[in-house]
Order: sequence, then structure tokens, then C-alpha cells
Amino acid sequence: MNHLLRSHAPISDASWKLLDDEASERLTPALAARKLVDFSGPRGWEHSATNLGRTAPLTAVPCDGVAGLQRRVLPLVEVRADFEISRAELRDADRGAVDPDLEALDKAAHQIAVAENISVFHGWHGAITGIEECSPHERMSLGEVADTYPRPVAGAVERLLHNGISGPYALALGGEQYQRVVETAEHGGYPLLEHLRKILEGPIVWAPGVKGAIVLSMRGGDFLFESGQDLALGYDSHDSQVVRLYLEESFSFLVATPEAAVVLAP
Amino acid sequence: MGFDQYHEPPDELPPATRTFARLCASLTEEAEAIGWYEQRLAVETDPEAAAVMRDAQGEEFKHFSMDLECLLRRAPAWREIAQGVLFRPGDIVEHGEAAEAEALEGDDPDAPLQGSLGIGSLKGAFR
Repeated sequence: MNHLLRSHAPISDASWKLLDDEASERLTPALAARKLVDFSGPRGWEHSATNLGRTAPLTAVPCDGVAGLQRRVLPLVEVRADFEISRAELRDADRGAVDPDLEALDKAAHQIAVAENISVFHGWHGAITGIEECSPHERMSLGEVADTYPRPVAGAVERLLHNGISGPYALALGGEQYQRVVETAEHGGYPLLEHLRKILEGPIVWAPGVKGAIVLSMRGGDFLFESGQDLALGYDSHDSQVVRLYLEESFSFLVATPEAAVVLAP
Repeated sequence: MGFDQYHEPPDELPPATRTFARLCASLTEEAEAIGWYEQRLAVETDPEAAAVMRDAQGEEFKHFSMDLECLLRRAPAWREIAQGVLFRPGDIVEHGEAAEAEALEGDDPDAPLQGSLGIGSLKGAFR
């Protein structure tokens, strides 16, 4: 048994499958960062830090005649979203009920996906430096009206090209901005989504948690996500009414090429 | 070229599965090449030609090993079994049976995946 303690939970194999499937189904559309940045791992729950290949000087040494350096590493963060599921609902699912109430799991899945997106795109204070914090480019404004989005998106692509950053380029859109784009047709009825895709020559993804939008290169090697424990469901405790579970992952994120992204403020 | 590394309709397969299948096909090809070079080396009498073939076979060893490691990183159950079999002295079959039992038939029903949902990279899944 590993640290997730799943076999201690009063949950049948069939219900674990139901919960795992539901979690995957809810997580996959919302995990925008994984659609755009390089992913490595998973390296396991025991993996604690990403190698940076860098050192820090040490002023003190154990004895005369030697010098010392200390390795610098990037520690992984752990993210966890707790939730409760009714045991009666799980019993009904075991009986064959097709509509078990898994809303709490759905909400936890969305929250942990949002946390991952925010960490990668905007950063996590004191833990992860996000793409926005690293980008040396002046922020451009996306504007309030979706009709005007092509101009800043094209401007961002031009800025990346000017800095020698090749494509294809992707656009991560916050929830509000994504909705505006998909519901907008430009003059003549041409979908805005298609127009933006032609500018980018790459994908547009729904990125819940992102404020505004980010244009970034997808050539690879610029944005590095390292997974320790990939997203998993674990068991915490239970009583006669509910079972308390959680979604959890560990990861680090490193920007190798800060110039490879442009932030578009909402 | 054909796309016969896919056993199911490619359009119905998620990107990660297509990549996995391509890696499996590549692994097979590298293993075949290793076998071919082994046969050529067994019959080659020209030392210079044999040296070139030996060097080429070394490349295939490397390719096979990289393909295998890449696959093992994406298949936790496979990795767990491989860890019980590879680079261990003793009876290979015994190690294999023990590793399989521990990974797939142990007390913990989620042992093969260690509870992971197996989502991994979603590059190429743009919805």
C-alpha cells in the first residue's frame, strides 16, 4: 500500500473505478498548462526536487585547503483538494445507479486544475515562479471586447518573432475570455476562434484560473513541468455517513526561456 | 507508409496512446535490428566490416534502451514489474513471477498505478 491509503477506504473496486473515471473526465478539459508546456515524469511521490544544475557559494569550509559549493534545486510543491462523498451514494452506485452524486469530487477536480493552471501561468508566491512573472515583455491589453482580440494576439506573435522565438504559438485564454471568443463571429460571420488560430498557427485552450490570456511558443524546451506524484485520488478517513477523500499531486515548474511568452492583461 | 502500429482506429485513440503505440513499434524495430546485426557479426570474417557492424549494433542497444525507458516512464505497472526483473542475478522466471504477483495481484488493488489517474502530458489534446 502506498501513501494514498486507498485500500483502507470502505470503497469497492467498482466505486474506485467510478471515482477515478469521474476525476479524469473532469480534470482533463481543465488542465490547460499540460496541453501547452513540456511535461516530464511522473517521478513518484518520493521525488522532492528538480535539478537546476546550479550552485550557491559556501563561505564556510570544514578545513583549510578546500572550497565548497552547495547545489541549488527547485523543490516540488504538493497540492491537495479534499472532499467528501456520501457512502449511500457509493452503495447506490454499486447497485447500478447511473447518476451518483459526485459533485464534491467534480468541484475538487476543478479546483486542483485551477491551482495547477495558476501556478504555471501566473505563479505561486514563494513556491513557483510562473510564466507571467518571468516574461520580460511589456504586458499588452486584451481589451473588453472580443472583436478586438486579433490585434493584441497578432502583436504578441510579432513580439515573439522579433525575439527569435519560433512557433507554433498557443493562446491560453481565461474562462471569461474563452467564452467571449467562442461566441463571437466577426463581420461576415467568420468565427473569431478560427481567425485567432490562423494568427497563432497553433491551439487555443480554455484555461480556467488564468486572468486574461497568455501567448506562448510551443516549440518545446521553454516551459518545463516536472511531475512527482501525478494527480491521484487518496483516502483520508470515513464515518457512517461519508468517506473523506482527496485529489493530490506534486510538481515543479521552471521557465527556461522567459522571452517565449507574452501576457495579455484582461 | 502504413500506420499499422495502431490496432484500433487512430482517430479514436487519445494522443498519449498513439505516442505509446509509436514507441512500442520503435522498440520492436530496434530489437529486430539488434538481432540482424548479431547474425551478421556471427558470419562476418572481415575485421573492419565487423567493427563497423559492432558499432552500429551499439547504436541499436542505445535506441532500444531509450525507447524502453520512455515506455516504462509512461506505464507504472510495467515499470514496477521491470524493476523486479531487470539487472538482477538469479532465476529470471522466478523474478518475473514474483514481480508480476507483487505489482498486479498484491493486497493493494491500486498497486499497479499507485493510485495515479495516469493523466500525464496532454500536449496535443486541445479541447
